[in-house]
Parts: sequence; structure tokens; C-alpha cells
Amino acid sequence: MTTIRHIEHEQIVHRCFRCGYCKYPSDYSDFNCPSYKAFGWDTFAPGGRMWLTRAWLHGEIETSARFAEIMFSCVACDNCKDQCVFPKFKDFLPDIFQETRAELVGEGRIPPGVRDYFKAVAVSGNPYKLPQSERGDWAKGTGLKPYTNQKYLFYAGSVGSYDEVGKRMAQSVGKMLVDAGLSVGILGAEEGCDGNDVRALGEMGLFAQLAQANIDTFKAKGVKEIITLDPHALNTFKKDYPALGGKFKVQHYSEVLAELIKKKKIKLKAYPVKITYHDPCYLGRHQQIYSAPREILKAIPKAEFVEMHRHGANAFCCGGGGGNFFTDILGTAEDSASRVRVREAAETGASILAVACPNCAKMLTDAVKMENLEDRLEVLGLAEILERARK
Amino acid sequence: MSDILQSLIDIVGEKGVSNEPEELWFYSRDPGVLAPHKPDYVVAPKTTEEVQKIVQLAGREKIPVVPMGNGMSLAGLVIPLKGGIVLDMKRMNKILEVNPMGRYAVMEGGTSQGALKSYLQKNHPTLRHSLPDAPPTTTIAANVSLHGQGRLTNQYGFNSDMVTGLEMVLPTGEICRIGSPSIGPYWFSKGPTLPDLSGLFLGWLGATGIITKVGLKLFPNKKIRDVELFVTDRVELVPQILYKLTHLEVCEDINVWFQPKPQMFLGNFHVTIFFTGDTEDEIEFKRKMIWDSLQEHMDAKDGGFMSVQYMKSTLLEMPGRTIADFADVPKGGGFEYSGPIALIEHYPQYAAKVVELAQKYNVLYASAARLISGGHAMMFSISFAFNRDDAAMMERVEKALDEAMTFALDMGGIPWKPNHKEQKMLLERMEPNARKLLLMIKKNLDPQGIMNPGNWEVNA
Ligand SMILES: Cc1cc2nc3c(=O)[nH]c(=O)nc-3n(C[C@H](O)[C@H](O)[C@H](O)COP(=O)(O)OP(=O)(O)OC[C@H]3O[C@@H](n4cnc5c(N)ncnc54)[C@H](O)[C@@H]3O)c2cc1C
Ligand code: SF4
Ligand code: SF4
Repeated sequence: MTTIRHIEHEQIVHRCFRCGYCKYPSDYSDFNCPSYKAFGWDTFAPGGRMWLTRAWLHGEIETSARFAEIMFSCVACDNCKDQCVFPKFKDFLPDIFQETRAELVGEGRIPPGVRDYFKAVAVSGNPYKLPQSERGDWAKGTGLKPYTNQKYLFYAGSVGSYDEVGKRMAQSVGKMLVDAGLSVGILGAEEGCDGNDVRALGEMGLFAQLAQANIDTFKAKGVKEIITLDPHALNTFKKDYPALGGKFKVQHYSEVLAELIKKKKIKLKAYPVKITYHDPCYLGRHQQIYSAPREILKAIPKAEFVEMHRHGANAFCCGGGGGNFFTDILGTAEDSASRVRVREAAETGASILAVACPNCAKMLTDAVKMENLEDRLEVLGLAEILERARK
Repeated sequence: MSDILQSLIDIVGEKGVSNEPEELWFYSRDPGVLAPHKPDYVVAPKTTEEVQKIVQLAGREKIPVVPMGNGMSLAGLVIPLKGGIVLDMKRMNKILEVNPMGRYAVMEGGTSQGALKSYLQKNHPTLRHSLPDAPPTTTIAANVSLHGQGRLTNQYGFNSDMVTGLEMVLPTGEICRIGSPSIGPYWFSKGPTLPDLSGLFLGWLGATGIITKVGLKLFPNKKIRDVELFVTDRVELVPQILYKLTHLEVCEDINVWFQPKPQMFLGNFHVTIFFTGDTEDEIEFKRKMIWDSLQEHMDAKDGGFMSVQYMKSTLLEMPGRTIADFADVPKGGGFEYSGPIALIEHYPQYAAKVVELAQKYNVLYASAARLISGGHAMMFSISFAFNRDDAAMMERVEKALDEAMTFALDMGGIPWKPNHKEQKMLLERMEPNARKLLLMIKKNLDPQGIMNPGNWEVNA
């Protein structure tokens, strides 16, 4: 077969068996690929995507709005990478989908929502099209100072800086870090978009620009250690920035808070409440950070921690990964990821759904409303919960 | 927009039907070696009534309807050979009832094996079903439509023998219940003591109707499962070994496998013996029975039990993920197998044939046989892996499998999940009156020939 288009991993695309293990968590309890769950066609499952990618590379199917929808509805949650049956091969599944999206970006055939997202980030530096000058406003009242030469840079990211739910989360983390006496500062209006989702959606040129600008700023300011609010930022800072010359020590705030609790820098009182926790894909499957958030929640005296049926490496994505937070290709129907996820959280009987990512916070907060669960379930960031339990 | 497309949208809504090139391309093929053929529409119903309306529409318009689970038979059974509608049943995936005391479950016709396994584990941990080693995405209704076999087949027969009732949408659009649910609310018998009408549907590969609900027997899920692995290089002893093991009546499942890769397996026949118990005492008692039964072969140095320690968890996994791995041994993501149902005494001839065909066609083989009903027969898999990017290799595999099936028929075996070519070979050999009976049934049930046409197409 002749190949008329090219992607980096084209040599292995044909190896997908289409068996579908990758649709599931390890116990097969429900579909764990958010786009398959939402759309219900095999073409929207990882195997379908692999087979269609191959057909498309060989010119058996053309570029179309449907093909783009199929590719851009993958939320880069990495479940397929964990669950596929073929060792080694499986590590490249999300890369193949990302490379295909990049190729579509190159051809200029992308869904309108994706195009608008790129444009907003390129023009305004954030997807909300809000002024750069307002980027640091969220930090007012937290005690956080501009970054000069403190030990840590606290990186809030676009959602933490501009979205109402995200800002609350950023504020609570910021306050917690300051109160614990950490030497930490923020970039405020000098902070740039991390580019993780731009990259996931395949706009490699824009990603390179964003990443380079951030790296230059970090270096110019003498930043050595970064604490991120957003696991998306954590992911790209750790995975992609080093290759571009950006080598920093990067931690997620949950790791830092867990450490501060252990060192008794954050002291907690009894808070009798039942809590469950949603693993963000970029923190869990992408970065293998599962225990720090749980350590935090388990450290709260009298709080009862319960797991959702799908948790840890088997967690179901909130649907906000890989840029879908902004592009919303998965939609908000009954089987959309965020709605499925909050129903699963409610089943545990918990009254708090703890989150560690501002994207998840927003997705799940909205879904709680759609599912009419406001009376039963509150979505809160880890630090927001700690605020209630702090002595 | 065509009238048919609009009518389908009226039935299942816009999200339930597609005639986009992407779905048509994907649903025109399966992972095996047979050539694809495009459907005109792919439709994903959510209720029995939707299935009924789709079938009625197809009847009016004389369009083929091909029910599909996960399309993993590898035998092209869901390739729409004559176009029409591929009916993706997987959105009908509710587990409707488990009767723990009656040990049966009832689910919709697109429910996956994985979903039932997981549901039972969570809600009824003392119960299990006969899980095949097919990927967990494959559906229960599809499996009984092709007389599948699973982990409990050695003890209780084909998985289709474990059906306890059906709800069918007939090719004429009527909804019909089969077995005890046709009389009352309980789903405990597919036939007896009535005339067993389930035979009009089980094994028919969707050519006589669509299963919208299926009842299935459940069995005790013992607390402990264990496995022993007996290895011999004397193929002629395999039938006897199996005979001795089945005489014990203590084994959950017995498989015999041989493969050339990795090298350590070459030349040996591996008998995997699974057994279960509620206590360590029960397990040890059964283990002793198993060992004792094969003592004379060990004394004669014809074989021995191999330590399973390092591969125990792999062997005990259900479904066995590593079975799918075979597809990627030539780094090409494909394999296909014929699985004739044959007599155990013929094991050595079948084994020799696999190796002969692999050499002749220069392809990689693996074989695993599973005992059926305590040894009345076995499913002997003749599997060849291929590289999906190598059309010539795929062609060689297809030829090797054709030849394997001719051999199996010559040996008096019957093909399992036969592809459309094998069905023709089989029908040609069938005793004429039996063939006439099949034709009569098919014609009466599906007078317009709309159900999975190309399959079980009996010519007068
Ligand atoms: C790695 C591997 C291991 C396997 N191991 C086993 C095993 O241990 N045991 C075993 O039995 N099989 C095994 N198989 C073969 C096959 O995957 C199974 O038989 C499986 O049950 C097929 O299910 P499916 O949903 O993919 O069927 P499909 O291919 O979708 O359908 C099979 C047939 O059923 C019909 N059908 C589907 N749904 C319906 C319905 N609702 N009503 C009427 N007809 C319907 C279809 O038209 C078709 O003719 C294995 C396959 C693989 C790849
Ligand atoms: S990606 Fe892996 S698990 Fe998924 S269908 Fe392909 S081979 Fe199977
Ligand atoms: S990364 Fe997630 S959304 Fe994308 S194909 Fe894999 S499982 Fe589906």
C-alpha cells in the first residue's frame, strides 16, 4: 500500500489488532475511553482511530470534518496506552493520535472549536481572550508576591488565572503555600500559557513558541523550581520542555502540600466528611502521581476517604484533557465524560469530590449542575478542602 | 438525504446512524484476512423496539441486516457481504437481571463479556459465567450465535448450551421469546421441556434473527483457582492424557497448546489443567488426583509437570490477554484461526497438519485446543499470525486456513465459526436431507433473505 501522508510512527500503525482492550479499565467494568463512551461508534475508540489513521495515511479515506471530529475527540487521557495488550507498541498510541492531529493542523482541516482555541491563545496568550495584564489578578489577597528570587515559582496556568472555579483553586493553594512559610512567588502578568493542550491538539509551531517564551522567562528570572497548579502544565514542563532546553525541577502542588502536612507545616483539625477523589489524567496516568493527593485527604482527622470504582490508573477522565476543556468536542450529553464521572462519584456516597486540577474542577462542577447533584456533591480542590480543615 | 437514511434517523435518532465514509470504511472489515465489503449504513440501536423497526424497514426495502458484536470472530462473520445495514449492538448493554439462587443472568443483546464478568465480580462474587478468552469487548449474544466456548466448557458444554432463554427479533420483525421466558417471567430454560426452538437461532451467525436479550447460566465461583502444566514431547500420548484427566471429573478447563516461539516451547505439548476449590484442602486434593492420574507417564519419562510459578498469573488471567498477543508476534497485529470441533483421538493428526501448513505457506503458527463437555470433543485451534502490512502473507494465511478446513472436514470434524467459504464447503458435504432441513428453516424464518446474507445461504 502506498502511503500518501506521513507521521512519525507510521511504521507501526498497522499493528493495532482492533481487539478493544484499550476501551476498558483493567476490570472491564465500563468503557474508559471518553470519546468512545460519548459517541458509541467503534471509530471513536482507540482501535478505530488506529485503523482509520492507517486508511487515511494510505489515502483510503479522505480528510473530512468527520475524520477531524474523530481525531480531535480523543482527550489524550492515556487509558489506551495503559490498557492496550501489545507491550511497547502501546506506548505510542497517544503519540500516533497526536501526530495525526498535527498533520490535520498542517492541512488546515480542523474543527472550528479547535481553530478558535489556537487563535485565542496565539492572539491573547490565553484561551479566554482576556488581557494579559489581568493574568495575575487572581492572586490578590493570597499573600503571594511577584517572583523575584524565591525558591519556588508557583505557576497558575490559564485556567487558574482566568476561570472562576480555577481561580478559587489557585487562591486556596497560593494561600496555603504562603501560610506554610514557603519561599514562593508568581509571574502574574508575565506568566504565559504552558502550551500543553496546544501541543496535544497538534499545533506544534504555536507550542514551540509558547514553550520557548516560558523557558526564556523562567531562565531570565532565575527560576529553578516550579510548583504547578495545573497537572497539564506539570506534564509539559516535565515531558516536553527539557528537550527545548527548559530543565527545571517541577512539582505538582499536591506533592508539596503532602510534604508540608508531613512536616507539620500545615496543621489540621477534625473535619468529619466523606470525600472521594478524582485522579486527573495528566497527574495520574501521564505523571504517575497517585499517592500525594490521597495522603493529603487521608491526613484530615475524622474525614472518611472513599475511592470511586474506577480510580488510580483506571480512573475515568473528566473529559477535559487534550484541549477538549476548551474545544468541547465531547459535548455535554448524558454519556459525556464529566457527567458519567460525577454520577460515579455520587455513587460512593461522598459529599465532596476532591480534585487536583483546575480543568477537572470546572468540568466536574458544571457536570454536578447538569446532573442535579448540587445538594449531594461539592467539587473542591485539595487546598480548598484543607482550608476547611486547617487549625 | 435518502428516504432510508431519514427512516433510520427517525428510528434511532441522528446519533444512532451513520453513512459517513469513516464508519462505512471501518464497519466493512474485521481483523481477519477476508476481503472487506462496505455496508450502506451503520446503525446502533438502544432498544428491542428500535431493532424491530429497523428490521421491518429492512424487510420493506429488502436491505440486508448484519448484527454485530465486536466483530472479533476473525472469520469475517460481520462483514456485510451484500451491503445493507450493519447493526452495532453494543449500545444495548444492560444487565437486566441476575437470579442468584437460580444461577442465571439476563442481559441485552450487545452486552460484553467483560461487563458481565465485572458485574458479577462486584455484585455476585460467588457466581461466574463461562468466559471465553476472546477480548472482553466481545458480546455474549454474538458468542452464543457462533457456539462459542469458554472457561467452563469442559464442565458444561458449549457456551450456547448455557443459554437459558432468548428474546429474538425475527427477520420478519416479530419479537419472540424462546424457552421459559415465553411462558412466564423466569429465564431458566432455553428449551426443555418444550421443543427446543433455541436451535433455530444458536449457531446461525445472525442469519435467522437478532438476539435482543439473552439469558445465561451462571456457575459457582469457587474461592481459589489453580493451574498445573503437564508437558510431553510425545504427541501420540496427548489423547490418553486428556482421557485420564477428564475421567477425574475435577478439572475446570483443560487446554493443550504448542507453539514454536519462544524457543523453549518448541517441540512440546503443554496441557494446562485448571481446577478450583473453596479451601486449600480441596485444591490440594484435586492437585493430587491430577498428578496421580498422570503418574505412569512420569514414571515412563514421557512427560512431567512443569513449574508454573513464573507464568501462573498469566495462565490464570481471564480472559487471557496474552492470547491476543499472538497477533503481534510478527509485529504485524494480525492472526486468524480455524477451530474445528474434532475428536480428541485425532489430536496428533491435527497437530502434524498445523506444522505442515505453517511450513508449506511460510507462516507462524500456534495452536490451542480446548476440551468440550469432559472430552466428548475438542476445539482445535489452527492459528496463523500475519503482518497486516504484508498482503502476500495475509494471502498465504488465507490459503493455509482453507486447506486446514478441508483437512478438518476430511477428518470428520466440523468447522467452528466457519467463514462464508467454509460454510459452503460444509454444506456441500452435508447429508442432503439435513441440508434441505436447514434450507427449509432459513427460508421460512427469513423469506426475503435479509439476515446476514452470504452466511448459511443454503441453495436448493
Ligand atoms: C484473542 C482471541 C481469543 C478468542 N478466544 C475465544 C474463546 O476462548 N472462545 C470463543 O468462543 N471464541 C474466542 N474467540 C473468537 C471470538 O472473538 C469470540 O467467539 C467472540 O465471542 C465473538 O464475539 P464478537 O462480539 O466479536 O462477535 P462478532 O464477530 O461481532 O459476531 C459473531 C457472529 O454473531 C452474530 N451476532 C452478533 N450479535 C448478534 C446478535 N445480537 N444477534 C444475533 N447474531 C449476532 C454476528 O452476525 C456474527 O455472525 C477469540 C478471538 C480472539 C481474537
Ligand atoms: S490499541 Fe491495542 S488494545 Fe486497542 S484495539 Fe489496538 S491492539 Fe487492541
Ligand atoms: S487517549 Fe483516551 S480518549 Fe484518546 S483514544 Fe486513548 S482512551 Fe480514548
